[in-house]
Amino acid sequence: MRLLRADKIRRVLSALLAVVMIIVCACAMTGCGHRDEKEVRVFCYGDYIDPAVVKSFQKETGIKVVLDTYDTVEEMYPVIKNRAGVYDVICPSDYMVERMINEGLLAEIHTESMPHYKNIGRRYLKIADESYDPGNRYSVPYQYGVAGIMYNKKKLGKDSVTSWNDLWRKKYKGKILMQDSLRDTMGISLKSLGFSLNSVKEKQLAAAARHLIAQKPLVYKYANDSARDLLIGNSADLGVVWNGEVLYSQKLNSDLAFVVPREGTEIFIDSWCIPRNAFHKDNARKFIDYMCRADVAYRNFEYLTYSTPNDAARRMMPAKLRNSEILFPSDKMLEKSESLRDVGPDGDELYSRYWKIFKSK
Amino acid sequence: MSKKYCAVPFLVWLAAGTVIPFAMILYYGLTDRTGAFTLNNILAIFQPIHGQALGLSLLLALISTVICLLLAFPLAMILKDSNLGRRGFIIFIFILPMWMNFLLRTMAWQVILEKGGIFNTVLAHLHLPALTIINTPAAVVLGMVYDFLPFMVLPIYNAMMKIDDSIVEAAYDLGAGKSTVLRRILLPMSIPGIASGITMVFVPSLTTFVISNILGGGKIYLIGNIIEQEFTTSANWNLGSGLSLVMMLFIIVSMAALNALDKNGEGNFI
Repeated sequence: MRLLRADKIRRVLSALLAVVMIIVCACAMTGCGHRDEKEVRVFCYGDYIDPAVVKSFQKETGIKVVLDTYDTVEEMYPVIKNRAGVYDVICPSDYMVERMINEGLLAEIHTESMPHYKNIGRRYLKIADESYDPGNRYSVPYQYGVAGIMYNKKKLGKDSVTSWNDLWRKKYKGKILMQDSLRDTMGISLKSLGFSLNSVKEKQLAAAARHLIAQKPLVYKYANDSARDLLIGNSADLGVVWNGEVLYSQKLNSDLAFVVPREGTEIFIDSWCIPRNAFHKDNARKFIDYMCRADVAYRNFEYLTYSTPNDAARRMMPAKLRNSEILFPSDKMLEKSESLRDVGPDGDELYSRYWKIFKSK
Repeated sequence: MSKKYCAVPFLVWLAAGTVIPFAMILYYGLTDRTGAFTLNNILAIFQPIHGQALGLSLLLALISTVICLLLAFPLAMILKDSNLGRRGFIIFIFILPMWMNFLLRTMAWQVILEKGGIFNTVLAHLHLPALTIINTPAAVVLGMVYDFLPFMVLPIYNAMMKIDDSIVEAAYDLGAGKSTVLRRILLPMSIPGIASGITMVFVPSLTTFVISNILGGGKIYLIGNIIEQEFTTSANWNLGSGLSLVMMLFIIVSMAALNALDKNGEGNFI
């Protein structure tokens, strides 16, 4: 009798468990069936939109914004790819846009129906067109930036840094900061050797890894976000930072200068895209168009202080910012620069292998 | 009857928090990008770059475990001998940092040890040479010891407190010296605590990637960093899962070995 009952309980329990799991799985796949028409689901880098902008969008359009965030696009990619979450607007970087286009994960944006799209500068659309998004059909640039070297002009001397190879100078031993980011750091090494930062030639990658290994004893730290703070706090004298960090840093330490090395540099463009499986494509277009509006883009610029590809917003800035070579590199410099391209699974594996060889030395 | 229904939430928890994630890691670890079965992700541990990182992780985890043990055991002995009020206070002091976020505490060490940091500013004022251990393995070991020391102190302290004082007194009555008491009584009787302390320090030290990231300056590459990188930047979940499975194997082996020591089941995790 007892045995029978225990058996029954076990069956009930496993049935219950199965039901719970089915509900959980179903929720994950369909987003629990929330197909509210007055909603837009945005998946974006953390702290990448002025919260006030999100609020005013909701107020002006009546469309509710559900905002989720990620730290790296590599975290976002499997979520979209495996349909683990359904989003209407995502914000991938250049090479990720390319990968997602190639895998058919994105929907065309149809910018002709977006009145504020014209605010986006031609030169940025050209970069996108020529590299990761031919025809500008799938992405609308939101923020961009270039990598460069920030250095302490009081300690190293004015204009003493002009080339990526200055990061390999023995006399700066223990004072150099490098980025700790696979593609960016390998890219800088490739660029300093005169190769393309999208190279997939094994010989060139091996040379870049060797170059980085040779530099390792000179480097104080491989740092991403903290690089800026170490330079501000005089713990290091020169390091690789993004131009968006410079204005803030100079405010705190007026000895800091920024240069885009003469070999050309890496330019990143983060863009708005609409996933193919989005539920609210019209709301997504409204949201993206709103982000292109001059005053909105300007507010986002004030919040982030990263370079904006929105020319109308640039015209609203005070002259000092508008004409800043740091925020807005010259056309000549942009022509020498490259954005990261998707190198495909085999390329990724190659990069990953040489990165690990460099890191474990 | 109704007692058994109370277990349902825990079963769900178990399924959602352990069984399903483990099954996913197993699936990813044993397949390649196309979903075909492969053992390459597991065997990847034998590639020199991964092996080196594993070796370094084992070494640093071992060093910090030994340091923690050497610090915690005498402390537990001192606490056993001291009077009640003070004892509680000292334990309180040891647990106090654990109320703060682990990440913040590690970042605090970064600020302290940095070249232009607090410690070196003080040294410079005293005209002493600067200390440059930040971004070296030494800093990572320091971080591990600092973060995990309480996990060593508490189990040893608990085991030590359970030893009946009359046993120690009897040993002294029968002519044992201090070292004999330590060797024959205190040490053997606190082995369960030592064993669980070692697991609780060794396992997180072995798998950490946060401490080596923050205090190693990107120059110290542990197996945890490789796994993290495979998930976050290389987007190779299969390799990351495969290496995680290898790490699990290492952890199970080390816990089983310690379990054999710990006959009373004080730190019985398996």
